[in-house]
Amino acid sequence: MGVDNPLGDNILTASLDGLVNWARKSSIWPMTFGLACCAIEMMATGASHNDLDRFGIIFRASPRQSDCIIIAGTVTKKMLPVIMTVYEQMPEPKWVIAMGACACSGGIFDTYSVVQGVDEALPVDVYIPGCPPRPEALLFGLIKLQEKIMRERNSFGSTIGLGERYDSAA
Amino acid sequence: MAQIETMTLNMGPQHPSTHGVLRLVLELDGEIIRKITPHIGYLHRGIEKLSEYRTYHQALPLTDRMDYLAPMSNNLGYVLAVEKLLGIEVPERAQTVRVITAELTRLKSHLVWLACHALDIGAMTVFIYAFREREKVMQLYEKLSGARMTSNYYRVGGLSADVYAGFEKDVQEIIDTFPGFFDTYEGLLTKNTIWLQRTVGNGVISAEDAIDAGITGPALRGSGVDWDLRRDNPYSGYDKYSFKVPVGEKCDTFDRYKVRLIEMREAVNIISQALKALKPGPVLADEPQVCYPPKENVYNSIEGLIHHFKIASEGFPVPEGEIYQSVEAPKGELGFYLVSDGGNKPYRMRVRPPSFVNLSAIEKMAKGAMIADLVAVIGTLDIVLGEIDR
Repeated sequence: MGVDNPLGDNILTASLDGLVNWARKSSIWPMTFGLACCAIEMMATGASHNDLDRFGIIFRASPRQSDCIIIAGTVTKKMLPVIMTVYEQMPEPKWVIAMGACACSGGIFDTYSVVQGVDEALPVDVYIPGCPPRPEALLFGLIKLQEKIMRERNSFGSTIGLGERYDSAA
Repeated sequence: MAQIETMTLNMGPQHPSTHGVLRLVLELDGEIIRKITPHIGYLHRGIEKLSEYRTYHQALPLTDRMDYLAPMSNNLGYVLAVEKLLGIEVPERAQTVRVITAELTRLKSHLVWLACHALDIGAMTVFIYAFREREKVMQLYEKLSGARMTSNYYRVGGLSADVYAGFEKDVQEIIDTFPGFFDTYEGLLTKNTIWLQRTVGNGVISAEDAIDAGITGPALRGSGVDWDLRRDNPYSGYDKYSFKVPVGEKCDTFDRYKVRLIEMREAVNIISQALKALKPGPVLADEPQVCYPPKENVYNSIEGLIHHFKIASEGFPVPEGEIYQSVEAPKGELGFYLVSDGGNKPYRMRVRPPSFVNLSAIEKMAKGAMIADLVAVIGTLDIVLGEIDR
């Protein structure tokens, strides 16, 4: 398979992985990384009407404390190095959500200054289309990310330094 | 005596209280700010250049994404400029609906300002409350235009469609309930000791300096200058409504906060006057060269379909000339300078963004203050980076 998993895939490691995954998916702490219009919808999702707290999602201002980065808005060529620095500062495990048409593909801004999708630089886990996506769309994207986290194997092993995480569906 | 060395500190572009992607390079003497250098351009998307390759109607959605907290104000400034260039008269019903929606936009924008400004200073409750109320305006927006934020509701010559059935009832509900919410915010903040300590005497800029810097909007009125384009250079029928223009006295962050709160109450007042003045009638000018035909014609006759197709695909020619049209956006004077070479696309569209000009005064307002007060100054300027960088 090519995936380094010395603990193997047995009933004991699978239940330990499930426990680790469950803890991770229930406390996704995203970076507050508002770039443009989508950031306002991201704030609206976090505020009273939609309330992200009930998913255990609490916005953190520091990359050192977060395990998910929501790229909410247009990524320009001037901004891209900053985003990459912040991404590199985040500790493992980490996930990336591309929120909105601009972060997914550049959107309507096919110009000299705009990066045509953040996946040119970061490994994106969930793409959320829309300009901007509704709060419900962001919630759906976050639930998809939770499902993706639950599918991961060897999360326990990789935490204690044995092998690496991989997606069971991949 | 030893030489006092200043420290250079970088703030942003990734900082939760710079309202987006503003980067400030600060020269600090201890905690005192000696020099502020704003660096912008982290959200430059080339909107002005893009609009040169779009027909006049196609460029309209781009304006939504400049000041994304107040999309309808941007749309209004743009369509007014094109209409002025074309010499089109907009029907009265369309003008009144434009006033109602533009004032709802002001509420929406000021609510985000209040939420973020208070959150930056440490009042979390206000953020939760203000976003709850904002959601009501957003839902009305969605019913009206189909989108929560990027509404794109106006058209050159009027509106894209008449208001939905029950619009009056929804607006009336906002008129009835919102003043109570404003009382709640005032109850939470106006006499709050922490709020007063953070805002009174912070970010002082004299009327003279404010005019010299070109500041407009609530930031200018907070410095005691009585200037509001809605009253002093009326557009879209604003001269028919009576409203107060609040001004501050002490030129500080607290006065600007009070000015904006009174402005929100006045916006509700204007909406209620406009709702009473709303009479049935057409919402699009009778200008077949420019305006889309009614939908019944498009669906039921080949002539109507061709007419719609022609305007949608080819646009309409605009007579040669240049025009400047400004509106009182929630953040200040938003101006559109359009140059037409007689074709169906703008030869040049230049935007005068209020946030960009207001930001230029940040050094004057925060120099000599503590670094923590800078956060309050950024909040009180109410900048939005989409508009600054375009």
